[in-house]
Amino acid sequence: MSKSDISRRGVLRTGAAVGAGLATPTIFTSQVWGGGHTGFTNAPQGDTVTLGFNVPQSGAYADEGADELRAYELAVEHLNGGGDGGMLNTFSSKTIDGTGILGKKVEYVTGDTQTKSDAARASARSMIEKDGAIMITGGSSSGVAVAVQALCQEAGVIFMAGLTHSNDTTGKDKKANGFRHFFNSYMSGAALAPVLAKAYGTDRKAYHLTADYNWGYTTQEAVQTSTEALGWETVNNVLTPLTQTDFSSYIAPVLQSGADVLVLNHYGGNMVNSLTNAVQFGLRDKMVNDKNFEIIVPLYSRLMAKGAGANVKGIFGSTNWHWSLAQGFTTPDGTEVAPDAGSAAFVKSFGEKYGFPPSQAAHTCYCQTLLYADAVNRAGSFNPCAVGEALKDFEFDGLGNGPTLYRGDDHQCFKDVLVVRGKENPTSEFDLLEVVEVTPVSQVTYDASIFGGDLGTCNPGA
Amino acid sequence: MDAILLQILNGLDKGSAYALIALGLTLIFGTLGVVNFAHGALFMLGAFCAVTLNRILTLSHEVVDETRTDFLGNPLKVDVPYVYDILGEAAGNAVIDWSVPLAILFSIPIMIGVGYAMERGLIKHFYKRPHADQILVTFGLAIVLQEIIKYFFGANPIPTPAPAAFAGSFDFGAMLGFDPNTIIYPYWRLVYFAFAMIIIAAVFAFLQFTTFGMVVRAGMADRETVGLLGIDIDKRFTVMFAIAAVVAGLAGVMYGPINAPNYHMGMDFLVLSFVVVVVGGMGSLPGAVLAGFLLGILESFASMAGVLEVLPGINQIIIYLVAITILLTRPRGLMGRKGVMED
Repeated sequence: MSKSDISRRGVLRTGAAVGAGLATPTIFTSQVWGGGHTGFTNAPQGDTVTLGFNVPQSGAYADEGADELRAYELAVEHLNGGGDGGMLNTFSSKTIDGTGILGKKVEYVTGDTQTKSDAARASARSMIEKDGAIMITGGSSSGVAVAVQALCQEAGVIFMAGLTHSNDTTGKDKKANGFRHFFNSYMSGAALAPVLAKAYGTDRKAYHLTADYNWGYTTQEAVQTSTEALGWETVNNVLTPLTQTDFSSYIAPVLQSGADVLVLNHYGGNMVNSLTNAVQFGLRDKMVNDKNFEIIVPLYSRLMAKGAGANVKGIFGSTNWHWSLAQGFTTPDGTEVAPDAGSAAFVKSFGEKYGFPPSQAAHTCYCQTLLYADAVNRAGSFNPCAVGEALKDFEFDGLGNGPTLYRGDDHQCFKDVLVVRGKENPTSEFDLLEVVEVTPVSQVTYDASIFGGDLGTCNPGA
Repeated sequence: MDAILLQILNGLDKGSAYALIALGLTLIFGTLGVVNFAHGALFMLGAFCAVTLNRILTLSHEVVDETRTDFLGNPLKVDVPYVYDILGEAAGNAVIDWSVPLAILFSIPIMIGVGYAMERGLIKHFYKRPHADQILVTFGLAIVLQEIIKYFFGANPIPTPAPAAFAGSFDFGAMLGFDPNTIIYPYWRLVYFAFAMIIIAAVFAFLQFTTFGMVVRAGMADRETVGLLGIDIDKRFTVMFAIAAVVAGLAGVMYGPINAPNYHMGMDFLVLSFVVVVVGGMGSLPGAVLAGFLLGILESFASMAGVLEVLPGINQIIIYLVAITILLTRPRGLMGRKGVMED
């Protein structure tokens, strides 16, 4: 079905409602939008509602996409009253009762982003226009997230971002219809820098290798700014092509630069290869400026850490969530972190269904699905503008990250950030990272205006 | 000076991989006249032979450790490799540690079989078809092979470490009188370079000093005349296809510790290897080797921070710039022969 079908159908079905909507003063809240299930794109008909899960099912991030899809399927099962309910039992909002969303059974369709912006937009468009998806969620790349978010804004559906870490997603490219639960580059830098200063001192010279795309730039900038504020010097920043597989020619000159820290602003296969190459070159065995040479990976993923194998041991990074929160732990500085009930419920539910613990990508996707369903229930409508209003400045707990705010100014979630380190003695292939600090949300909060951008106005489509 | 030496060293291992893949490509093109876009997939299959052997050697049974718990809070099930039961823990660990070198032996029969099946089962039907058809069918085959690998092994890279004896790097700088740590080079990359040299020398020796090789070279020069002498040249060319598959496979086996194998690694090397073949001269084995090292080293130089400051992005196009320059000045490539792909 072509895009013109959506427009035609929308005009026929909701013309009057849109006219009324345009005349509606902004002081009206979501309750106004919640008046009926018409007047917006793909208003659910009958007793079902369709969600669109747009994840990488092929390409380099297919494993991460598969884990996202598992989480979505689990969330749908829980929303429809199946399984043990997972984090529905711990979620602070209690509007979800196992009868679907607003009493409609949840169904879903899937798309393959291929981790390519054009393919991701095409699959999202197909799910909206052909399958009638009321909400699109998923993804494992900031480039994809920004592209699909813009499409959802045009189409008039809600976009609940999956794994996207670039500041731009809720910064300069933010949209009124887009929402992100995952943390971002700024937060990684703000959380990591004090831990790094404590572990390695404030007199350090850092050499950055940065993936040559949107996410790489914002991550590098965040880490550089945060570490320089604590006294580190940035010796160099070299951009590396996203398609690079052998980083030896970039790593070999690092020691000649006088740097004693290498920051790998890489993710996925890039991270696996650059870290492997750096360890091969024996960088971590070297003494430079009378200090041990150190390597840092600002954004960790357990699935990627598995690819790097033993090379991650002892290397600091940050993560949005980790399954060990379910069991509680003691950080290296002796801080006791009690088991988190939400994480425990999710790990149990996911682990018993699939046989292994969920990744952070799975966690954020599961949370986004529940948050969307809850917002619809609270709004009393599937209208994206009503849902958006319900999500704005929503404060919640029980989803694994402690008290969390969905900030209305930029649609970014604010919660504690985990600083992690590659574990020296892992007990299994899943036990690769240890949490060394739970950085409080106050330390990673920033003014929404610093990254520019404009949310614009909500688009209900039709 | 030290920076130049460093990048020459860096270019050697990359050039080794290019040279080995391009050597196989040229062997196939020179003998069978087929442009084989599935050759990168053979490199990838070789790497996954090492992964497979590692998995075989680490096949385990579970032992419950009541003192520890898993992620669900249940008693931890610890995997104990069967090889521990057979050889003891120390010897078992040593065998697992050396799984990549051992995979050389493991991969040779597999790659011969794959090469033979590929040539007899598919490619021989395209000998008399246009090069465009050959490219399409072999490219399709490459995609099928990589999707099969992804289905069984997943999309993530799989760590395939070198033996612990080759961990770390050698300080060439200190040996040559430079400051320590200015010119370092991982031991395994030295091994890879030496291994590539041995394979290349073995292929050349086989073609140069054996009767079989002599017949193949004669067939490459004039297939029809060799056939008229009553020699079944097709059978020999099939063997050469299998040998080319083995060369690509071995290059992949040994490359695993340099970059963790993933299903896409063949495609990453394929395009560049074709550029290497064209720059070296279609059908020229020495040209493929020479161009492999030349382009590998140039690529390393183009990645130097100083070069990137002056010419941003040059690292991504240097190989193609060199290819264009060489083809404009020497249309047959560095060591290409007259008449090859010119009809």
